[in-house]
Amino acid sequence: MSILVLAEHNNIDIKSSTLNTISAASQIEQEIDVLVTGFQCEELAKKIAKCEKVSKVIFVDNEKLKNPIAENIEPIVLSVAEKYSHIMAPATTFGKNIFPRIAVKLDLAQISDVIKIISNDTFMRPIYAGNAIATVKSNDKTKIITIRPTSFDPVETSGGSDIVESLEFETQNNSVEFIDREESHSERPELSTARVVISGGRGLQSAENFKLLNEIADKLNAAVGASRAAVDAGYVSNDYQVGQTGKVVVPDLYIAVGISGAIQHLAGMKESKVIVAINKDEEAPIFNVADYGLNADLFEALPQLSSELDKLNTIQQ
Amino acid sequence: MKLLVTVKRVIDYNVQIRVKPDGSGVEKDNVKMSMNPPDENAVEEALRIKESGKADEIIVLSIGGDKAQETIRTALAMGADRGIHIKTDNELEPLAISKIISKIAEEEKPSIILMGKQAIDDDSNQTGQMTSALLNWPQATFASKIEIEDKSATVTREIDEGLERIKVNIPFVASCDLRLNEPRYASLPNIMKAKKKPIDIKDANSLGIDISSRIEQLKVEEPPVRQKGIMVNDVSELVQKLKHEAKVI
Ligand SMILES: Cc1cc2nc3c(=O)[nH]c(=O)nc-3n(C[C@H](O)[C@H](O)[C@H](O)COP(=O)(O)OP(=O)(O)OC[C@H]3O[C@@H](n4cnc5c(N)ncnc54)[C@H](O)[C@@H]3O)c2cc1C
Repeated sequence: MSILVLAEHNNIDIKSSTLNTISAASQIEQEIDVLVTGFQCEELAKKIAKCEKVSKVIFVDNEKLKNPIAENIEPIVLSVAEKYSHIMAPATTFGKNIFPRIAVKLDLAQISDVIKIISNDTFMRPIYAGNAIATVKSNDKTKIITIRPTSFDPVETSGGSDIVESLEFETQNNSVEFIDREESHSERPELSTARVVISGGRGLQSAENFKLLNEIADKLNAAVGASRAAVDAGYVSNDYQVGQTGKVVVPDLYIAVGISGAIQHLAGMKESKVIVAINKDEEAPIFNVADYGLNADLFEALPQLSSELDKLNTIQQ
Repeated sequence: MKLLVTVKRVIDYNVQIRVKPDGSGVEKDNVKMSMNPPDENAVEEALRIKESGKADEIIVLSIGGDKAQETIRTALAMGADRGIHIKTDNELEPLAISKIISKIAEEEKPSIILMGKQAIDDDSNQTGQMTSALLNWPQATFASKIEIEDKSATVTREIDEGLERIKVNIPFVASCDLRLNEPRYASLPNIMKAKKKPIDIKDANSLGIDISSRIEQLKVEEPPVRQKGIMVNDVSELVQKLKHEAKVI
């Protein structure tokens, strides 16, 4: 049997989380169909069909699918579900919102946030904010799975079958209406896929002070993240949050500035390749996971870091 | 208008989790337990809706062992009106939990079900969405603002890209984010009063629902531990290390 992957996208570009999910699926089965639900996004459907490992794209184009309302996407997935052994989506707010609906309507359990595939029915997933890892086996006939994107390398955007099949579907739901979205726009790399991330915590003290981080981020081509405390205090918007109830990031370099290192924050960044912590409290738990710790006042350390990076860049040029 | 709030008893978020040496799960004996944090936000939101005059009764539901009643009492002490305890000593999966919640909702006919967006023990993030689908009520997940109107509500949702607003018809299911509100503490007089509030107790097996488990937990283990690194003396040493040792800049 084959696997169905539900694509996350914005009608123009494919989200990298979809590429990670296709890659996870390919560890189980080589026949992978990708369901693309959207509006006026035929170009996108074609692009996805070209991605490595994709057998075909099933494309549903409908004005009601312009924004990913769970109640509208659910019946489409259900209408094709029967043919598949596994149905997968990324464990992003997109996938998390829709997939439990599919599972329950099929009377199946869902396995959330899979970080490792052991076999076609056995998976590993973090529990307790990543303080324990469970190996679970599903006894259901179809496996409903969300994949933690950062745990799987993305597939290439070429090498696929190039086959797009259109599916007509009218969604009936009238009980939910999309109003609007407020998305942060930034020239910097996307937080969940950036190679370098610099995050600020309550220690930053204000929204204004995040400029100190932005300046360094620009020099390192880094994304800027934050702790929940910094988001709660209104220094930055919610899409910056890293942790158990925010985003999971696995960059090559993670720099935590004025962040104490609560377990809920560590849940989102402790798999990073290299961790740097800058904190004025030498007892801060963040130092226990840091490869390089700097016990210093951030308001002195950040401007110094900025000028050291300038020096480095001049030498390199 | 009636509100149904669901609460789960979990290991307190401040407790350092210990995995049992035999790999069968995590240590729960003699460990501090509390209400799942976003469930507190759900309770608080229900109280605020009632205080604004838009609802007249708040029912708190918890599914679990005998001690789930402590969590129900906490919600009653915060101000909820009555409790329902569905007793089971098994660890039910979100699929089973959502079936039970839907069954109670069919009996109680609330206008809104408020739940936490995820439980911090198994981190599944499924039960709200499943309950919504079973009842065929719209869902408003990861809610950080809920504005109730006449027959509908406008809900702001926290998504990876930022914020999204949707309008859902009543009745609906909301899954609450920690940023929805600041939960209150129960005052001593309210804790005393809560002791007299009724809790209706039923056995999970008496509901006539399939609550069997579908997932076998084969093993629970510690995550790989990170080696503690070194402390650097100053920023220039840090930059040198990142450049020449770690080679990440
Ligand atoms: C259910 C639940 C889910 C949660 N989910 C998340 C999550 O997803 N992500 C998350 O981050 N948190 C989460 N939290 C919150 C978490 O428990 C912590 O409260 C939060 O991470 C603390 O943020 P912080 O480190 O910025 O603040 P604090 O803990 O207040 O730490 C601030 C740090 O800054 C340092 N500092 C202050 N001034 C300076 C200075 N001038 N120079 C250098 N250092 C300085 C201090 O020494 C301190 O270590 C969650 C909590 C719960 C209950």
